[in-house]
Amino acid sequence: MSRGQIMTWAAAAVLAGVAALAIGAPLVAAILGHDPNEVDLLARFAPPSAAHPFGTDDIGRDELLRLLYGGRVSLAVGLTAAVIAATIGTTIGLFAGYFGGRLDALLMRLTDTVIALPLLPLLIVLAAVDLSKLGVPADFANAQETSLYRIVAIIALVGWTTVARLVRATTLSLLTRDFVRAARALGAGPARIMLVHILPNALSPIIVATTLAVGNVILFESVLSFLGLGIQPPIASWGNMLTNAQELIQTDPMLAIWPGLFILATVASCNLLGDALQEALDPRKRLDR
Amino acid sequence: MPGFLTRRAVQSLIVLALMSFVVYGLIGLMPGDPIDLMINANPKLTSADAERLRAIYGLDRPLIERYAAWATDALQGDFGYSRSYNRPVLEILGPRLANTAGLMVSAFVLALALGIPLGIAAAAKAGGGADIVINLFSFVTISMPTFWFALILILVFAVTLGWLPAGGSPPAEAGFFETLRYLVLPVVTLGVVECGAYARFMRAAMIEALRQDWIRTARAKGASPVRVLVRHALRNAMIPIATIAALEFGTLFSGALITETMFARPGMGKLIFDAIMSNDYNLALIGLLFATLLTLIGNLIADLAYTVLDPRISYTDLERDR
Repeated sequence: MSRGQIMTWAAAAVLAGVAALAIGAPLVAAILGHDPNEVDLLARFAPPSAAHPFGTDDIGRDELLRLLYGGRVSLAVGLTAAVIAATIGTTIGLFAGYFGGRLDALLMRLTDTVIALPLLPLLIVLAAVDLSKLGVPADFANAQETSLYRIVAIIALVGWTTVARLVRATTLSLLTRDFVRAARALGAGPARIMLVHILPNALSPIIVATTLAVGNVILFESVLSFLGLGIQPPIASWGNMLTNAQELIQTDPMLAIWPGLFILATVASCNLLGDALQEALDPRKRLDR
Repeated sequence: MPGFLTRRAVQSLIVLALMSFVVYGLIGLMPGDPIDLMINANPKLTSADAERLRAIYGLDRPLIERYAAWATDALQGDFGYSRSYNRPVLEILGPRLANTAGLMVSAFVLALALGIPLGIAAAAKAGGGADIVINLFSFVTISMPTFWFALILILVFAVTLGWLPAGGSPPAEAGFFETLRYLVLPVVTLGVVECGAYARFMRAAMIEALRQDWIRTARAKGASPVRVLVRHALRNAMIPIATIAALEFGTLFSGALITETMFARPGMGKLIFDAIMSNDYNLALIGLLFATLLTLIGNLIADLAYTVLDPRISYTDLERDR
């Protein structure tokens, strides 16, 4: 096994570990006998102990449990938003590549436009939009879970461009291949050609881009939540756990370190894995030969 | 060639115009209401007054009409007043733009100064020990949330060691070196976060260049490894890097927004964020459009760099690829 492969397996192991911890969070909560949102003002900034393995935060909540539950949120948001963005991008790329002409020009100009936008300021504006002004019922707009859906929606809304370009390019090259021309000669319609002949052959770039996107989504979720615009407390996310960290950095620096380490480990693993997948699926792009 | 650039410039202007409409609409959807904010300041106002104010400011008219009125003013150079500063928007943006430009340019230079040598070193012995270490470092910097890295730097260098200020602006009477000390942590934050991407691009471009026939020829003629690396491979590898650097310069703005917010530096990024948070509609709108303009200019420079640096690429090729 080469050193590169060792890194890939380490990344896969880290991701599997984080996912297992996130899924097993309720079990850990049961063992410790706490709830991640349980406030204990008598135990603020408690040092690590048997009852609180990572200590407690500024209002006495168990830090480990919040990290684990925050991981559930960050991973779920990352996966969902990346998959939705990939679906949008695939659809746009397929249509642009297959139909060409005016539609292609229009869709690609749209893609160029979205790429040209300053991403973070735009996400901040989208995250700050008051949903009730859009006619969304107030009780839904103000519900706790809405911040989850909203963040998935806005990240997916701006995150589809890479996949759209990749799929368009792959579609264009596949259209000239004999099996596609044969299918067309046999009378297959556009829907059949796109879904049966082109999509399966375009899957590898889509999978690579989606894996890399998961990491990026987690980064964007964390910064928006950190700024108070993403996942709303009391729901824990790695980003919003850091919101107060700057004020508390002298009192309890570990509160600032832990969530960031979890983000770093997860995102770096996604990126390493995406990179390895790219090499495995497309040997022409292999760099170290 | 001029035709291509003109077309790209026109396209950028269209994007800017579209963006101004979208952002204008979005700003109207921010929480809070400008008339409510005025009324809060004056308890004597009645709801009839509120209606009248709404009519005076044209807020009862449809979105398109309001946008058209705003756009007409903006095109004539009237960008409106900032609500929280009570001064014309441009007066507030101007000095902060200089701060942000200083931060972005210094961080950009640092990122290139770190990333390019690292990428070359990694490519010189691809697959070797140095390559793996550099690769890992690049992945770490790419995968780090900028705000968290800023926190860690503050924790180590400001709180624990006490070497550098944790943020804010230097006092007015501060000398050159004192001012510089306030710039160190923000620039390092942004520069290090960006350098990993350049190292990876540089490594890929160098490996691609080293694989070419002319490198084999140069080696066969007895050129030293350093000469092959610098004189033959690097010059070709710099072409894609120049393009990527110009493209990334626009995205640097997102990082600057976070860095300025973390270190409480008075710059464009922090200004935009604060304006959005405090319902300062005009300021947020112009700030966002300015950020878009910066990104678009970066993209135009990338287009230009791509073709000017590599005579093998013609503008017609570029147009066909798009």
